[in-house]
Amino acid sequence: MEILGVPILNAVTYFPLIGFLVILLIPKSKETLIKIVANVTGFIGFLISLPLIINWYKPEVVNGMKNGMRYVIDVPWIRTIGARYQFGIDGISLLLVLLTTLLGFIAILSSWSAIKDRVKEYYAYMLLLQTGMLGVFMATDLFLFYVFWEVMLVPMYFLIGVWGGPRKLYAAIKFFLYTLAGSVLMLLAIIALYFKYISIYGWEHRTFSLFKFMQVGFDPQFQWWAFLAFFIGFAIKVPMFPFHTWLPDAHVEAPTAGSVILAGVLLKMGTYGFVRFSLPLFPDAMIKFTPLLMTLCVIGIIYGALVAMMQADMKKLVAYSSVSHLGMTMLGVFALTQVGIQGGVIQMINHGISTGALFLIVGIVYERRHTRLIKEYGGLSHNMPLYATIFLIMTLSSIGLPGLNGFIGEFMILQGTFARHDLRVYAILAASGVILGAAYMLWLYQRVMFGKLEKEENKKMKDLNLREVFTFVPLIILAVWIGIYPSFWLKYLKAPVKKITDIYQKKMVEKKVELNSKLKVDYKGMKRIINNNNMSEE
Amino acid sequence: MKTLLIFIPILPLIGFLLNGIFGRSFPKKLVHRIAITTTGISFLLAVITFFKFLSLDVESLVFNYFTWIKAGDFVANFGFLLDPLSMVMVLVVTGVGFLIHVYSIGYMWNDIGYNRFFAYLNLFMFSMLILVLANNYLLLFVGWEGVGLCSYLLIGFYFHKKSASDAGKKAFIVNRIGDFGFVVGLMLIFFTFRTIDFEKVFSEIVNRGYGVEAGWGVLTVIGVLLFIGATGKSAQIPLYVWLPDAMEGPTPVSALIHAATMVTAGVYMITRSNAIYSRAPHALFIVGLIGSITALFAATIGIFQRDIKRVLAYSTVSQLGYMFTALGVLAFSAGIFHLMTHAFFKALLFLGSGSVILALHHEQDMQNMGGLKKYLPITCWTMWAATLAISGIPIFAGFFSKDEILWRSYSTPVKGHMIFYILGTVAALITALYMFRLMFLTFHGKTRLPEDKLSHVHESPKSMTGVLVVLAILSTIGGFVGMPGWTKIPNIFENFLEPVFKFMPHKGIVHAVEGHSAGNELLVTLVSILVAGIGALIAYIIYLKKEVTPEKEENLGLIYKLIFNKYYVDEIYNFLVVQPIKWFSTNVLWKIVDVSIIDGIVNGYAYLTEGLSVGVSKIQNGFIRSYVGWIALGGIGILYYILINFIK
Repeated sequence: MEILGVPILNAVTYFPLIGFLVILLIPKSKETLIKIVANVTGFIGFLISLPLIINWYKPEVVNGMKNGMRYVIDVPWIRTIGARYQFGIDGISLLLVLLTTLLGFIAILSSWSAIKDRVKEYYAYMLLLQTGMLGVFMATDLFLFYVFWEVMLVPMYFLIGVWGGPRKLYAAIKFFLYTLAGSVLMLLAIIALYFKYISIYGWEHRTFSLFKFMQVGFDPQFQWWAFLAFFIGFAIKVPMFPFHTWLPDAHVEAPTAGSVILAGVLLKMGTYGFVRFSLPLFPDAMIKFTPLLMTLCVIGIIYGALVAMMQADMKKLVAYSSVSHLGMTMLGVFALTQVGIQGGVIQMINHGISTGALFLIVGIVYERRHTRLIKEYGGLSHNMPLYATIFLIMTLSSIGLPGLNGFIGEFMILQGTFARHDLRVYAILAASGVILGAAYMLWLYQRVMFGKLEKEENKKMKDLNLREVFTFVPLIILAVWIGIYPSFWLKYLKAPVKKITDIYQKKMVEKKVELNSKLKVDYKGMKRIINNNNMSEE
Repeated sequence: MKTLLIFIPILPLIGFLLNGIFGRSFPKKLVHRIAITTTGISFLLAVITFFKFLSLDVESLVFNYFTWIKAGDFVANFGFLLDPLSMVMVLVVTGVGFLIHVYSIGYMWNDIGYNRFFAYLNLFMFSMLILVLANNYLLLFVGWEGVGLCSYLLIGFYFHKKSASDAGKKAFIVNRIGDFGFVVGLMLIFFTFRTIDFEKVFSEIVNRGYGVEAGWGVLTVIGVLLFIGATGKSAQIPLYVWLPDAMEGPTPVSALIHAATMVTAGVYMITRSNAIYSRAPHALFIVGLIGSITALFAATIGIFQRDIKRVLAYSTVSQLGYMFTALGVLAFSAGIFHLMTHAFFKALLFLGSGSVILALHHEQDMQNMGGLKKYLPITCWTMWAATLAISGIPIFAGFFSKDEILWRSYSTPVKGHMIFYILGTVAALITALYMFRLMFLTFHGKTRLPEDKLSHVHESPKSMTGVLVVLAILSTIGGFVGMPGWTKIPNIFENFLEPVFKFMPHKGIVHAVEGHSAGNELLVTLVSILVAGIGALIAYIIYLKKEVTPEKEENLGLIYKLIFNKYYVDEIYNFLVVQPIKWFSTNVLWKIVDVSIIDGIVNGYAYLTEGLSVGVSKIQNGFIRSYVGWIALGGIGILYYILINFIK
């Protein structure tokens, strides 16, 4: 698949860079032109990602599959170390890529009137960020993956640090250092994998390819360490409890579009990392750590919800709710069952949709009133009926009302976790988090939207304009679509998830066999003891 | 039939979409025309379906429309199950729903948000129909949550009032607690039977040969979990607290959602799961016990409420308790029978009270009523029909259904049945007492309304009184379809529902009832009539003869205070649950764990690094002599090291 002679994955990834370069060439003063270029780039960037899904089942695409990946690009890159330029997507990456191009466009569109200074740099960073994120979801060479992982860090740092709120520097540095600390460990683990591979197959076979690594079957001891290093890198990004404290700060200080991207896409890089790398590469470690991981997830779900409930700042509330929701997402992934992982992946998308939308929603009143304190609002339903409706839909989506997207994800995750007898307790505990979810979101909605319209400043607030409505329309459509007809999306996840669960199925069977053989021995031993006893009695 | 059936819920959905999206620009007349036409046609379709169903002479029909969720071996279809049970529910929902839509025109005409009201009401109809038609537990849950959402929206309809939006939120969250049980129960069902379709689950139970469980088997656990869900939606102890507050919503909503249909969803769900409950005596005992205790408990609170709608709200909680009592003694069809008659008379009572409230310009305190009979004759007499029905006076609908429940409790030899019977009978006395009190205080005796207000009081428009009359007729004759055994007239209702219970383990336990003589049954009936009569008599003496008004009741002191304040249950919940959670979240989790510990470590690490680098950077101070000093010190160190090694 190519677009104008460019392989489609390259086209999707680097198209924002074209916009980036064009913007660099435009003089600073022509702000409107810059905005137009950025919006057009965002929109076209979204459009050119659509052929990915449209052509998904075309014979030439299916036939071109390599290692379960489609649209594969695989060329040598840095020969000395064996790093290759290896792109490819499966169903999991497909959904995330589409989410990224869509949210990227929406984020750019939503900034039209919100960003007033350093417009040129702002849009340039937004587009650069877009390329970085897309690369992360497509790279299947770990070296390349790492490069993109770091590339996207820089623009985000500036987006928070320059266009952020009062404590932007603290938040930006915290975000940067936190993530960097994690990614350094991840880099170490990647290098360890690389040398481990060389030690087995020799220098001439040096590689960073995920698929090569997957074939090895590293010994449990090694897996243990590598898993831990990757875990910290990804867990910080997700963020999982107790690595989450950068998130509320980063969200509160980031500009609206930054929060949308941060919540919608950046956090997904952590969850995606687990699914793409940790699960297939370190099955033994994964099985071993499951109880610990599950515990962290459940703590995250309940803890995030409880803390979210008591926040006075709307953005902080939504940020903590993310901790809770992502705990749920990871619960499904770590359950290691077909339904659980599929639910986890679909919940990543759902979280992108509903939390992305919630940040936009907060951004809209922030832009009008310049405060995010809940107590400053109240009764907005009176003069902003359209806003009230959209806010309500997204609230319901976030608390998992059946018929909307959140429910599908949550239910599949709980169900996939409940499927394993040893994990039932976690599923039940996690389900109780759902109660709290309703509590904090509805309370937020009540305090902002209901009641009398008392404050003068609030009376002047205008309902959504056409551009603002337009930012929400695709998100609402998706929320309903996933809620009512999730099969459409789930079908893309079936094969890649099965590939992962097959690994675990095999491991579990092995374990069972091992366990059974042990039991048999014991049984024989017991028999012998009983016989001996009998004999001695005789 | 498949297409016909899907249109029953789809039509209200279309109404919702039209009024919800474009309603603000529609004229009022168009808004209610859309809403009423869609529900009206949907009722007609339900009637047509009913006759078709009768003519087909089948036990049940399953229609699958599309695969909703499919992942691994988990499959959930969007499909409907049509059997006598869902048929009864669909008829009640569309029928009563349609009547209440008509009533709402008059009631809501002067309210702002006319289109919003009808849009929500139609959305409610859609969700409720999905709930009763679903052919699997998950789709039922979709409807279950959908009606919960509509209830939330409609309770908080007057959202400028804090009490209203509080009540809406409370309803949603309390229901969520129940839903937790339901969801866990649902998952347990799937992992036990690998399916969530009703008929498949039940035939699995039969095929695998599950017997009646002596202890806490899997069916008992499922039963208890599902019942937790039911206590939320159907307002039973301990989760009943949301329903009285739900009266903040407009009165037609109280009638439709919080009396006639939604709150009975729990009763429906358990009846639907009769194959599970009939094998789980422990779960059944819990259902019956909670039901009968709620019936009595809520009835006592009804005695001293001054707000006319609150009396009816507690009455609803109490009547739902009766229905669960019925389920607890395996009298599923009696429970559904009471569900139906209750839908008629309780909807009527609410709509009647709405008529009074509207006439008095939103006055709900009975202290300021009395003697309204001559001003609101139709409202008064139709409400009397409902009052006689709920009190269990013979020939009125409620008499037959309530009597059936009490008789079954008395005669079915399951655990605790006599307790249920006694609680139910005492509750019957109190029911008659509070209902007659309500009627006397509202319509009879001397009026306590000031003269100037009284002149404005007039009967409601025909669209409202017409609905009252229709419901009054139903409340009067609706019970004849379920004649008691001693009359030797066949119980049409029970016979119709018979196929629903084909998965029950053995009919023996139910048929043990037949061992009792008709004389016993007659005796039980006489006792309940007597009891109702006593309740009515007490009310007559106190409120009509002695003319006690709500204000005078306060003289009773402590007991009055305790009951008037609903035994302070809300306050206790707030003190034991809500406040501790808030305190713990703020002061422990957020301020200590998050800010102090986790961020403390993170920031502390940063400060440590900063401190160290500040310390270390002092070495590089630009003075040559200190550099020389450091070099000398280093040189000595190295020398020392070499020397030590050399000596060794």
